[in-house]
Amino acid sequence: MEQNIPHISIRNLNMKYGNNHALKDINIDIPNKKVTAIIGPSGCGKTTLLKTFNRLIENVDGTDIQGEVLVDGENIYAKNADVPNIRKKMGLLSQRPMPLPMSIFDNIAFGMRIHGERKKNVLKEKVEYYLQQASLWEEVKDRLNQPAARLSIGQQQRLCLARGLAVEPEIILGDEPTSALDPISTKHIETKFTELKEKYTIVMVTHILRQAKRIADYVVFMYLGEIIEHGPTLEVLNNPKHKLTQEYVGGVIS
Amino acid sequence: MEIQSAIPNTAISQNTTSVNTSPHNKNDRGRRRFAFDKFMERVVKIFSFFSPLLLILIIAGLVIKSIPVLQENSLSDLLLGSNFKPFTGDFGLLPFILSTVYVTVISIVIAIPLSILTAIYLSEYAGKAFLKFAAPMLDILSGIPSVIYGIWGVLVVVPFIRDYVGPWMGIETTGYSILSGGIVLAIMVFPVIIQIVFEVMRIVPNELREATLSLGATKWESIRKVIIKKASPGIIAACILGFSRAFGETIAVLMVVGNMVQIPHNILDAGYPIPSLIANNYGEMMSIPMYDSVLMFAALVLLVIVLIFNVYSRWVLNRLEKKLN
Repeated sequence: MEQNIPHISIRNLNMKYGNNHALKDINIDIPNKKVTAIIGPSGCGKTTLLKTFNRLIENVDGTDIQGEVLVDGENIYAKNADVPNIRKKMGLLSQRPMPLPMSIFDNIAFGMRIHGERKKNVLKEKVEYYLQQASLWEEVKDRLNQPAARLSIGQQQRLCLARGLAVEPEIILGDEPTSALDPISTKHIETKFTELKEKYTIVMVTHILRQAKRIADYVVFMYLGEIIEHGPTLEVLNNPKHKLTQEYVGGVIS
Repeated sequence: MEIQSAIPNTAISQNTTSVNTSPHNKNDRGRRRFAFDKFMERVVKIFSFFSPLLLILIIAGLVIKSIPVLQENSLSDLLLGSNFKPFTGDFGLLPFILSTVYVTVISIVIAIPLSILTAIYLSEYAGKAFLKFAAPMLDILSGIPSVIYGIWGVLVVVPFIRDYVGPWMGIETTGYSILSGGIVLAIMVFPVIIQIVFEVMRIVPNELREATLSLGATKWESIRKVIIKKASPGIIAACILGFSRAFGETIAVLMVVGNMVQIPHNILDAGYPIPSLIANNYGEMMSIPMYDSVLMFAALVLLVIVLIFNVYSRWVLNRLEKKLN
């Protein structure tokens, strides 16, 4: 029952960068505890749409946003919205993993600390727990005090996942989270996503159709700032209804 | 266009007359290009040796020139003595050394926090329109001749210290003081530090800001705990650069610092930094024996202070970079 309630609902969302109308009349529901993939050719607004979910898009100079994004029924663009807490609800994995300039331990503890956790033994316990959640614990347990930048790129991305999970979000946003990774690390992240959807709603941007097929339950196809088609993955990718989707899936446009 | 094409043509035609066969000609050209390549490598190498060599030559020159005064006076008398009376042969440089250090430290204390906060505003908060207005202003500010800063110091800073700061602190002062020197110096290094810190903070990838914000950090938390940390090696480098300049700044400080030979007891006392000592007295040094030599020794001391400061801060920088990466 719970699964049928949309976790994120977007209503009449429009976004402009100066004269560039980057998102046009976006209306969509993101289902709870599923993996939703946003696909489309580069420059179509996938990442922009993803970043409107946690209001990161506002950091870009000169953006004008209109419409509503409802998370758990609450409009995050309301005037009195508590932005840091909205963002805390959503873990973010970026294209390039971005460890914070500090030790492995502090990377995970950072979020918990800013949200008020001070007790050392609690932090220690939780750091271990979340590193295990991201299947990184075994590889780093003996060097938690080393700078996170010394990890391999694949390990860094799992570290970023653990760091995001540590602030106990409900949603995980991934902006092509595997595009900088080698095939094995990619597999790690994909497997992790399919496990994590038990507990989290996952939205990811990807330009790899096969990746969407492998792990996504729902697919949203965008083109030039508009949502052209969306629905269950197999339906959209195997029997696309719209001509543009057919061309994209068929490899005519990319 | 015609001239350009004419030169290689004549070269080739000369070659063909002397060597005759075209494969040879090709080899010849290749050899010449190779030789020229080697030649240029050497030229570049020689020039790149010049500047390090210059430093060594300057130090050597100062050391040689300071030998007479070092033969007459012990090193500790020179460095720790507070009597400076050239006529009687007393050359204690401590008042000058302390003045230099005090003026520089005051300017560091004023300039670093202010310029870092300014750079944070410019890089993290300011809109494009404000940047367009502020960036050229900073450029101009860093290009103003130091004598103008000096005049401004005499007209504004000195009276301000005399009429407001002195009475407020309960100390009688002419306003010509190490505090005035420090303030003028701080304002001079301000634009340099701001510009570099600003550039360094802009290089910090935007994804890092997004990553921090997405954990629920406020903007200030993200700046203070992450962005500054990431930029810290660059910020330190900016401060090193600013203060290597500050140590040796002469004319602007000389105009406001009072130039009295005494150990300053508070920041409203007049001081006499080493650069001012040298600049004020170099012309008349011939009349008093040893004066030339003691000024050279003072210059050497200044150089050594700057070198120590540089080496130490570079060591800090290296450690920090290791810690981050």
